[in-house]
Amino acid sequence: MYSDKVMENFKNPQNTGEIPDADGVGTVGNPVCGDMMTMYIKVRDNRIEDIKFKTFGCGAAIATSSMTTQMAKGKTLEEALLISRKDVACELNGLPPVKMHCSNLAADALHAAIQDYYKKQQIKNEVKK
Amino acid sequence: MNAQKVVNLDYAAGKPVDPRVKEAMLPYLDKYYGNPSSLHGIGQEGRVAIDQARKKVAELINAEKNETILFTSGATESNNLAIKGTANRYKDNGIKIITSKVEHMSVVNPIKYLSTKGFESNFITVDKYGVLDLDVLAKEVDEKTILVTVVFANNEIGTIEPIKEISRIVHSKNAIFHVDATAAAGQVPIDVQELGIDLLTISSNDMYGPKGVGALYVREGLRIEPLLHGGGQEKGLRSGTENTAGIVGFGKAAEITKQEMQINKDKLTRLRDRLIEGLLKPLPYTFLNGHPTNRLPDNVSIRYSFVEGESMLLSLDMNGVLVSSGSACASKTLEPSHVLLATGLKHEEAHGSIMFTLGRESSEEDIEYVIGLMPNIINRLREMSPLTPKELNK
Repeated sequence: MYSDKVMENFKNPQNTGEIPDADGVGTVGNPVCGDMMTMYIKVRDNRIEDIKFKTFGCGAAIATSSMTTQMAKGKTLEEALLISRKDVACELNGLPPVKMHCSNLAADALHAAIQDYYKKQQIKNEVKK
Repeated sequence: MNAQKVVNLDYAAGKPVDPRVKEAMLPYLDKYYGNPSSLHGIGQEGRVAIDQARKKVAELINAEKNETILFTSGATESNNLAIKGTANRYKDNGIKIITSKVEHMSVVNPIKYLSTKGFESNFITVDKYGVLDLDVLAKEVDEKTILVTVVFANNEIGTIEPIKEISRIVHSKNAIFHVDATAAAGQVPIDVQELGIDLLTISSNDMYGPKGVGALYVREGLRIEPLLHGGGQEKGLRSGTENTAGIVGFGKAAEITKQEMQINKDKLTRLRDRLIEGLLKPLPYTFLNGHPTNRLPDNVSIRYSFVEGESMLLSLDMNGVLVSSGSACASKTLEPSHVLLATGLKHEEAHGSIMFTLGRESSEEDIEYVIGLMPNIINRLREMSPLTPKELNK
């Protein structure tokens, strides 16, 4: 049912865990639906210097989380915001159609983490003023 | 990865055909290929074999007459025939059909279909173990009720229903009682006369016979409408040339199952209880689904908090262990199992369930292997999960 690339990322997921002093954190999904993930990013000079995830979900949910972190690491925030769900699925050599919308949430979690970073920066700037 | 062994703990999904059954079937594929309705030799050999198979199946459930057994294409057809056949026959007597919330889809969907055709349906609640609420049933069964259909034992959680008590309630209002014994038949003794069952569904593959064959027991004197109209086989209730080899295999499987039931039941119960104990003990936040003791000998359904079923299933598969999951993510519908939800589980709890079903080939070695694997699999997934409480991941 899954591509070898998906299975590889499920067996040996990259960048799992938390970043305690993350600059941005994004959570999407809901345990009720069976998929939930949290992304943590560390930003330096407008680039994603470090990224980690925690995911509750099926094989596809874990594999897409792992793939998204690998794709985002080292990219500028603007570049990372352009990573779409479709890009993640392509990079994994495809996902079963039924998994495309329910488990392919990792790009959304990444975007949420970046938005959280922007929000925190804004607050920081306001405090400085 | 080394060449690993395969441990099948998904017997409920499909069973191998017993070699003795296969042997019995072979002559009816080539030597006696005739149509059992023909009057000549090769057809008549088939006719005799079908009648012998009918006797074996009747004996398994202690049916009052061999002719009460109708052969079908499997449990789905038997359930459809029982439900729609009763509804169509007795619609002038009433329109109410009652069932439980822990039925197989081949019972749920015929009833949902009938409710679009003017029938009323009522799904009775169950307790946290999946046992039907007899008080609610007694209130719901009334003069308008024509049919009550309840599973003998649920295939997902293994809980055995109080069939005799249900029968008493159903018959006190003169309704007809159908029991889906697909998962139970062959595992636990079933006596249709003693239990007071009017219609009973059984399947061949669930007792190590071939797939594509099943039976419906129809109590002597009870009349229902057919689904298939044609040449009038099976007393006009199931037209179509008989699947002779399949039916012969089913008969042989029923005979073996009856002879060996006690031995298999004792063995599986012992393995089942060891597996339950071995899975629950080492890990916190781990629970058994279904009734702790009053359950099918082959069924172990376990729920792990903070992890999702399909990722457990895949992890076990990587280690050569085959199981099923109660999660949406492993199904076509994206909804978690309605049976697990009916026992009061939240969606996220149902998502974290996996089902092990044992079979005749299961060994102590298989069980110990799985018990040994599970803590690493669960701990790895829990470490990755945002739902896991911090203190668990230390």
